[in-house]
Amino acid sequence: MSETLVSIWTDANTQWVLIGTLLLGLASGLIGSFALLKKQSLIGDAMAHAALPGICIAFLIHGAKSMSWFIIGAALSGLLATFFIEKIIKLSRIKEDTSIGLVLSVFFGFGIVLLTYINHQNNGNQSGIDDFIFGQAASLVGTDVKLISAVAVLLIIITVILFKELKLLTFDPQFAQGIGLPTSFLNGLLMTLIVGVVVIGLQAVGVILMSAMLITPAIAARYWTERLDHMVIIAGAIGAFSGVFGTLLSTTTKGMPTGPLIIVAATIIFLISMVFAPKRGLLLKAIRQSRLRKQVAREQVLQTLYDFTEQEYKQYKARNGFHEQQMIKKRPISNHMLQKILHSLEKEELVRRTGDALWCLTEKGLIEAYHITLRNRLMEVYLMNEMNYAHFNIRQDQSMDLLQLPEKVLTELQQLLKQYGREPLVLPENINSGKRSYHRYASLGGK
Amino acid sequence: MNPVTVENVTVAYHRKPVLQEVSFSVPEGKLIGIIGPNGAGKSTLIKAILGLVPRASGDVYIYGKPYKQQRKLVGYVPQRGSVDWDFPTNALDVVLMGRYGHIGWFKRPSKKDVEFALSCLEKVGMKEYANRQISQLSGGQQQRVFLARALAQDATVYFMDEPFVGVDAATEKAIISLLNELKAQGKTVLVVHHDLQTVKEYFDWVLLLNMRKIAIGPTEETFTMENLQKTYGGRLTFLNQQHAIINQQ
Repeated sequence: MSETLVSIWTDANTQWVLIGTLLLGLASGLIGSFALLKKQSLIGDAMAHAALPGICIAFLIHGAKSMSWFIIGAALSGLLATFFIEKIIKLSRIKEDTSIGLVLSVFFGFGIVLLTYINHQNNGNQSGIDDFIFGQAASLVGTDVKLISAVAVLLIIITVILFKELKLLTFDPQFAQGIGLPTSFLNGLLMTLIVGVVVIGLQAVGVILMSAMLITPAIAARYWTERLDHMVIIAGAIGAFSGVFGTLLSTTTKGMPTGPLIIVAATIIFLISMVFAPKRGLLLKAIRQSRLRKQVAREQVLQTLYDFTEQEYKQYKARNGFHEQQMIKKRPISNHMLQKILHSLEKEELVRRTGDALWCLTEKGLIEAYHITLRNRLMEVYLMNEMNYAHFNIRQDQSMDLLQLPEKVLTELQQLLKQYGREPLVLPENINSGKRSYHRYASLGGK
Repeated sequence: MNPVTVENVTVAYHRKPVLQEVSFSVPEGKLIGIIGPNGAGKSTLIKAILGLVPRASGDVYIYGKPYKQQRKLVGYVPQRGSVDWDFPTNALDVVLMGRYGHIGWFKRPSKKDVEFALSCLEKVGMKEYANRQISQLSGGQQQRVFLARALAQDATVYFMDEPFVGVDAATEKAIISLLNELKAQGKTVLVVHHDLQTVKEYFDWVLLLNMRKIAIGPTEETFTMENLQKTYGGRLTFLNQQHAIINQQ
């Protein structure tokens, strides 16, 4: 194994193959990003499959394997397929997805027929043409690789130069047309770029998996960034890495096709991205969700206890704490969650146990609960009178923090609270200054 | 010279006419509401003027010259729903797209362009959101980003497609003050609108449209019960409600 690895690094042909697949992966990631965002992932798949008959016909005409003939054949039949797809959409009631599926399978089926026919010929030239199904990078020779690399570099340069225009075309084609960009030309160009990368990838990756080569790095990259330029770079890097990785593995294992290995590498990166990426990744999303759930539950429990305390305060009544079932009845929450929250609140010294399943707020807890309640009730009043305060844009902010409003507005809102009789009555200030109201609260068993 | 002149424009989708022989011209420095029922061809009219849908016949002139020669004078605010807001980009980047027509091919936006784009964001009260990913903006904020992008086009004639649809109160206020600012600068703004109650408040002029042009002129003279009846046809219950509203005003 280590010997084969050494021979790979020193063998000139293999070095070229590695450079070729690296550039191919880079170009696929770059162009695939645009295909993905333009929702044309399926078109790439159709073109790859449709390339097969073109390759076979090129072989039948030329009589031998030749990279340049293959490229021309694949490109022509790929473009023919796109033409059919568009015509079918335009001239019939068939929708795009059906049209793509239809053309894709017809072309691919025809390609397989031709391939079988070629394999049954006895001229010996045909060995290795099967490789176009799953891809075999090792069967590439120096001149092929140089051609592939040259085309890949060309595609990369075009994409980089026209990045700004392609971006606008992908995001908002109508606006692009409005400011005078030649959108049909650019659409055609993007389509040509996709055809180009598909065609040069066929020998290494194969017709079946080539579309995954376009899409997988792009969709993995999307998880890591919110900027198109970064996404394109990351996708290119993932594509390049997968290309090199797949090629290395397949050259060290005899008879192992390259395409599936490249795609497996890319897919692993995709899976890692899907789970672990910050912001968009599933794992952090789940963690954030559960944190949010807990925070909401915590505030609800505190507010519920506050509501109860306030009610008692109003009625000059006192009970030794409030029952858990009573809390669940007021704001439905699972018993398990309630227990968890109460215990963590107890640890924070915000609530204390006064009996079996009986709880009340501590002094510290009352202050905390007061602020939560005040904020929520201010929000009620604010929403009732939103038109007057629209210019503060409170709703626009994710946090919706009312306490950041100017002092004057806050006072106004508090006035309104009073009018509606919704001001939180048990005030923490009273606790500190030791006013009567608090003593009453304390004498009710709150302390 | 009239900022926008439309002559005999007809648009048809699959032989079904959407706009029939619409002709009008608008004066400079006015806010013009394009009003009509659903399916009246309001958005299509704007798109036909901007060459976004093919015209079966007719011509469009911007300050006397064909639109194609005057693109830089025209700003456009498409409907918010026309793009995918999950696109990986931020608010500033979208506004910068308004500069692309001025920047030209291959070149990247300069520092000046970025500053200009930021000032446009500021005008719609969105400067703090410049680096916010666009999917994290509310509907109203997205609409304001689109407005800022149109401002970045630095145009003299603006076309806006339903900017008031589905926006919050803050955005509505921002749009109105922006429209008035543009008007004060002598710019002409055509707005597709379908809330009849606010027409008198927002617009100096109205164009009533229902496949054909029904009427165009200053709101006071044109936004009348009679013209509305012609525009909205037999939708009488609806019209009676509107009638009550107009009388109130």
